[in-house]
Amino acid sequence: MIRQERMRVVKHKEIAHNIFELTLIGQLVHDMKNPGQFVHIRVSESYEPLLRRPISIASIDRETLEFTMIYRAEGRGTTILSQAKPGQEVDVLGPLGNGFPLGQASDGEHVLLIGGGIGVPPLYELSKRLVDVGVKPIHILGFQSADVVFYENEFRELGETHIVTVDGSLGHQGFVTNVLDSIAEEVSTYFACGPTAMLGALQNALPDTKGFLSYEERMGCGLGACFACVCKTTEAVEADYVKVCSDGPVFPAGVVRL
Amino acid sequence: MNRLAVELPGLSLKNPIMPASGCFGFGKEYAKLYDLSKLGAIMIKATTLETRLGNPTPRVAETAAGMLNAIGLQNPGLEKVIAEELIWLEQYEVPIIANVAGTLTEDYVEVAKHISKSKNVKAIELNISCPNVKCGGITFGTDAAIAAELTAAVKAVSEVPVYVKLSPNVTDIGEIARAVEASGADGITMINTLIGMRLDTRTGKPVIANGTGGLSGPAVKPVALRMVYEVAKQVSIPIIGMGGITTVDDVIDFMSAGASAVAVGTANFVDPFVCPNIIDQLPEKLDWLGYHHVTELTGRSHR
Repeated sequence: MIRQERMRVVKHKEIAHNIFELTLIGQLVHDMKNPGQFVHIRVSESYEPLLRRPISIASIDRETLEFTMIYRAEGRGTTILSQAKPGQEVDVLGPLGNGFPLGQASDGEHVLLIGGGIGVPPLYELSKRLVDVGVKPIHILGFQSADVVFYENEFRELGETHIVTVDGSLGHQGFVTNVLDSIAEEVSTYFACGPTAMLGALQNALPDTKGFLSYEERMGCGLGACFACVCKTTEAVEADYVKVCSDGPVFPAGVVRL
Repeated sequence: MNRLAVELPGLSLKNPIMPASGCFGFGKEYAKLYDLSKLGAIMIKATTLETRLGNPTPRVAETAAGMLNAIGLQNPGLEKVIAEELIWLEQYEVPIIANVAGTLTEDYVEVAKHISKSKNVKAIELNISCPNVKCGGITFGTDAAIAAELTAAVKAVSEVPVYVKLSPNVTDIGEIARAVEASGADGITMINTLIGMRLDTRTGKPVIANGTGGLSGPAVKPVALRMVYEVAKQVSIPIIGMGGITTVDDVIDFMSAGASAVAVGTANFVDPFVCPNIIDQLPEKLDWLGYHHVTELTGRSHR
């Protein structure tokens, strides 16, 4: 069920340069199912800024009814959000979208989780859930530079983790695709979230591996009604288009025309 | 007696609140959130004869207290809208206003003829004001003679009353309103979006792939209100007002200016429960104003 709820800020801190980790508590957490779903946040009571901001869910704790999201304070909306203090309430609509399919890999199998920048957060909940059922995740996490790297240790606790930075200031220098060749294990599936260019490069680099890609697109309603976030599809599927918000944001590799 | 009920040509509204076309799809997404039977009516997404895939993305951009959109009338086409969307909507106790668009007069006529036969379609909203398609749409809505001609052609085939949706992107909106009234329009819906633009400050290029888009949201309310006020003085057919309506006070303002009912657009994206919330708040607002029935609000600015 999709709910709208004023959720209370439990924790809020800057974990890397302009990267914030925000933990909220509320009933809405009951309805969070698959990793890769997102919430639509209203950052202000006023008409400015007007629209909600879609932000992915980084981890879910159903016992405490808390969830965490990690976002970059970049534009006006997220900058306002970054000032929310513990105890304050935030207007949340969600959970939205379908997220990553679980059950694609079985006990003991290796899978690749590949994230780029602010596309990394939803892979954290995904990795935890995969580890819970005995799947062995290998993480490749790409960032611009060392100062915006986050959750390196959190991911290392869950499995093999490779950090890549464009400027080489931490880990391997280059792009996530540069690391693919050095992965020794046989992987059955890959899951990815990040800029569209990165998703395209991964699809080309891993043509024979089953993949699930989480897309990003400008959104209006977040519910599927406004047709702002549509993507054209390939010949592989019957539909002419998909809506990132309500049909996705995760699609099997080869569905979205890039 | 229902204090909120409004009777308009073809439409028995249990309240004067309805979602505006293009901001509510065909209702399915919002049906997951609340009972659509609560609404006064639903204005469905513009329907064209053929399937349309719309414009390239980005299609939306936020602006000060508003947003620009250039979706481009994406819809599954007449046949699917009737067979899938309208039939699905029949489960709700809510009249449907079918927004009809096209490229040529014949397209509008064909869509209106068929869609007006659907059981739950109680009125047509003639979309002569979409600013985001190259042909049709707004080209019909900015010339009084052409608007009148199209209205007459659609009136001749429609089995339900025809409301004409006016564009604010004209010099004299009253002239267009009078022209469509004279050629048989049963009502007017107004306003569609205002053509606008946002540039990426870094590159100097438009943010929206289409270049321009239609401005909506609270930012346009004063313009919309002024136009409803003006048109209400010049025509005797009812007006369904819209343009930035977000709160129950906005509803009062549009009805005071002369609207008999109102549509809520962009606000559905900000708060998906905005329509039922406004409906719940209306009786108390009427009490506060000292009115018994919502229809007493209509045109009180002019009295």
